[in-house]
Amino acid sequence: MTPALKHMRRAAGYLLILLVTSFLIFVLIEAAPGDPAEIMLGTSAQADTVAALRADLGLDRPMMVRYASWIAGVVTGDLGQSYTYGTPVAELIGDRLAVTVPLTLLATIIAICISLPLGVWAGSRPGAVTDGVATVFSQFGIAVPNFWIGLLLILLFSLSLGWFPAGGFPGWDDGIDKGIMALILPSIALAIPQAAVLTRVTRAAVIEVANEDFVRTARAKGLGRNRALWLHTVPNALLPVVTMLGLQIPFLISGAVLVENVFTLPGIGTLAYQALSQRDLIVIQNVVLMFAIIVIVVNLIVDGLYAILDPRLRTRK
Amino acid sequence: MPNRFTPIRNLACAVSTAALIAFAPTLSLAAGSVTFGQPVEPAGLDPTVGSAVASGEVTWQNIFEGLVAVDRDGEVVPQLASDWTIADGGLTYTFKLRPDVTFHNGVAFDSATAKFTLERIISDDSTNGQKALYTVIESIDAPDSTTLVLNLSQPSSNLLYWLGFPSAVMIEPSSVESNKSNPIGTGPFKFDEWRKGDRVLMSAYDGYWGEKPSLDAISARFISDPQAQAAAIMSHDIDVFAKFEAPELFAQFEADDSLATHVGVGEMEIVAGMNNTRPPFDDLRVRQALMMAVDRNILVQGVESGFGTPIGSHFSPASPYYVDLTSEYSFDVEKAKALLTEAGYPNGFEFTMKVPTRSYASRSAEILQALFTQIGVTANIESSDFPATWIQDVFKDTNYDMTIVGHAEPLDIGIYARHPYYFNYDNPEFDAVMHDIDAATTPDTRAAGFKKAQEIIGHDVPALFLYSAPKLGVWDAKLTGLWENGPVPSNDMTDVRWTE
Repeated sequence: MTPALKHMRRAAGYLLILLVTSFLIFVLIEAAPGDPAEIMLGTSAQADTVAALRADLGLDRPMMVRYASWIAGVVTGDLGQSYTYGTPVAELIGDRLAVTVPLTLLATIIAICISLPLGVWAGSRPGAVTDGVATVFSQFGIAVPNFWIGLLLILLFSLSLGWFPAGGFPGWDDGIDKGIMALILPSIALAIPQAAVLTRVTRAAVIEVANEDFVRTARAKGLGRNRALWLHTVPNALLPVVTMLGLQIPFLISGAVLVENVFTLPGIGTLAYQALSQRDLIVIQNVVLMFAIIVIVVNLIVDGLYAILDPRLRTRK
Repeated sequence: MPNRFTPIRNLACAVSTAALIAFAPTLSLAAGSVTFGQPVEPAGLDPTVGSAVASGEVTWQNIFEGLVAVDRDGEVVPQLASDWTIADGGLTYTFKLRPDVTFHNGVAFDSATAKFTLERIISDDSTNGQKALYTVIESIDAPDSTTLVLNLSQPSSNLLYWLGFPSAVMIEPSSVESNKSNPIGTGPFKFDEWRKGDRVLMSAYDGYWGEKPSLDAISARFISDPQAQAAAIMSHDIDVFAKFEAPELFAQFEADDSLATHVGVGEMEIVAGMNNTRPPFDDLRVRQALMMAVDRNILVQGVESGFGTPIGSHFSPASPYYVDLTSEYSFDVEKAKALLTEAGYPNGFEFTMKVPTRSYASRSAEILQALFTQIGVTANIESSDFPATWIQDVFKDTNYDMTIVGHAEPLDIGIYARHPYYFNYDNPEFDAVMHDIDAATTPDTRAAGFKKAQEIIGHDVPALFLYSAPKLGVWDAKLTGLWENGPVPSNDMTDVRWTE
């Protein structure tokens, strides 16, 4: 099989996954109880008003027609109109990504900055005091939910010390500094559980690789302890760490839902939460589809990183 | 703080110190601006489309105004109509409109605009959630530009009140399609920007017909989480939270000198509705026995930290028509047991409470569950996602035994005369009283009607009447002019000013 054909087959596979996912999303959301028109009208509305609004929103069309028109729209880049906001969904999602993407990136950077040194440090001397510190940190970070960390950070840094805003987002137009200030506490809250998991994985990987023959050989040939660690152990320990980082991305996104709510950030998480509670079906469908796309793209990136980190995977045909 | 938090604190300290060096925090408060907090972001900013509650809480009286308005005391006052007369035994309403009113887009307000607005509310394809309140209007005439005549199919003593409500604000015809995201009204503030998911920005309108507001700019910020609401108000990120919904967090505001707290009376009655056609709730004695098993004072203490007023019928204690009926079926376990035995349930029974996912509802459910065990009744609690699942399952399909929900609309005792409605309660005598109230032509007959209506359902107990929710307001101590009570769900900023 030629490489081009292989790539095409792979791309077709991903498209099929997306199509099936989109249908599942649509059917699941349809099956959930709750009619958008009734929720928008409140408990005082009578049947004729509900029928008028359903017609207005296009909800009176058969289910398959609505699915087809959604997918046809997605393919041409038109994600439809939000029922509640009355504005294009693409615009809504775009605005919210301007908050969630920097938030998750910042959280990922913080998580890597904490976990990589801590994990390597702990794994290089198992049983030492530093290892104990790293273990306590990762136990704590895994056990404690991110929104609670968020509340503690608000109590300390916003209410007691007044260093950071207690929530909300001023928008990037008011200055990048203000925007970043608003994202620091939430990204720390989001990063700590991630950092905890990554610390644990890094520590385990470093311990495992450090016991491999090639590391012992390197040491026997007179390589210093630190040089062996950084030149031989760490590069080979990165593979499981990158895998875990990729696996953590969906958790990062779902974690953002809670953290964004605690910090009242207008990101994708709050959009998804609000759309779900108001049954803004078209918004939920598109947001969930976007999550699915993100997960697939992250998998592709992780596959690509494997090839860089492990040359053996490159040569496989 | 306990020692085990130290790793986090050190880490957070280090990161935030670094950030602090990079960016100096900026605290700014523009002179004459106020930010008010709101738990729910509205679905569109046009109160004449959909439910008027959340959209009205942002726009009513700020951006949009009506022919008349309901003021902070719950009284109907003139607004875009300076005067009116009611003739023909309550069948003809003639409004004299102000000649000097313009919309924010410069278009003049006149009787044709008013006619258009009201006709749109009662039209066949209307999507106004409160349409039923106005369908008594049969036809509308605009004989000249400042005169509007409403012809009614039957007298309706409530109509004037509902014309002062957010769902009947005046709309400029060319803005109908865009009002949802770019509202154009006649109010003292004009719409500037909606940062979706975050806030709505408004600023003073230079061409306002009435007295200019003191504030230059106002904004509404949407914060759904109670902890985040409390943090925002305590850090003065927002200035006002007019209806704070977590009473257990309210005490900390009272201790803060920079904040003023106000426990006002709201319009929301919390009731445990029962399915009146489903056994054993179809038996009047069972419903009365359950009512007597409820200690409303314990409930108010447990659910609302003592804020809130027990009620004995479906009426707000803030209303001039309110009658206190809490003593009719007051807490009495022995009497309740006796009545239950008489109804054929000496050993009690078991049923399910479908409880909406709201903290007041789930707390009330747990307390009711405990109280019911004293008369041998077992209540199983089932959580129902609110609003979506609850509206479908309980409200629309009436597939439930008992539920607990707050009714926020003012003067809404008429829901017990609505067929179908989720209580499945049907008492022709009550329906007749509601009809008489509508047809009342004097304040006295209207008051007598409301008294009778409260007594009938107070006796029939179609729902367990629990308490009237408080309107817990908290705002910057330097602000004046805010509404302390809540006859209409709103954040009227017209008279709000900073005192220094």
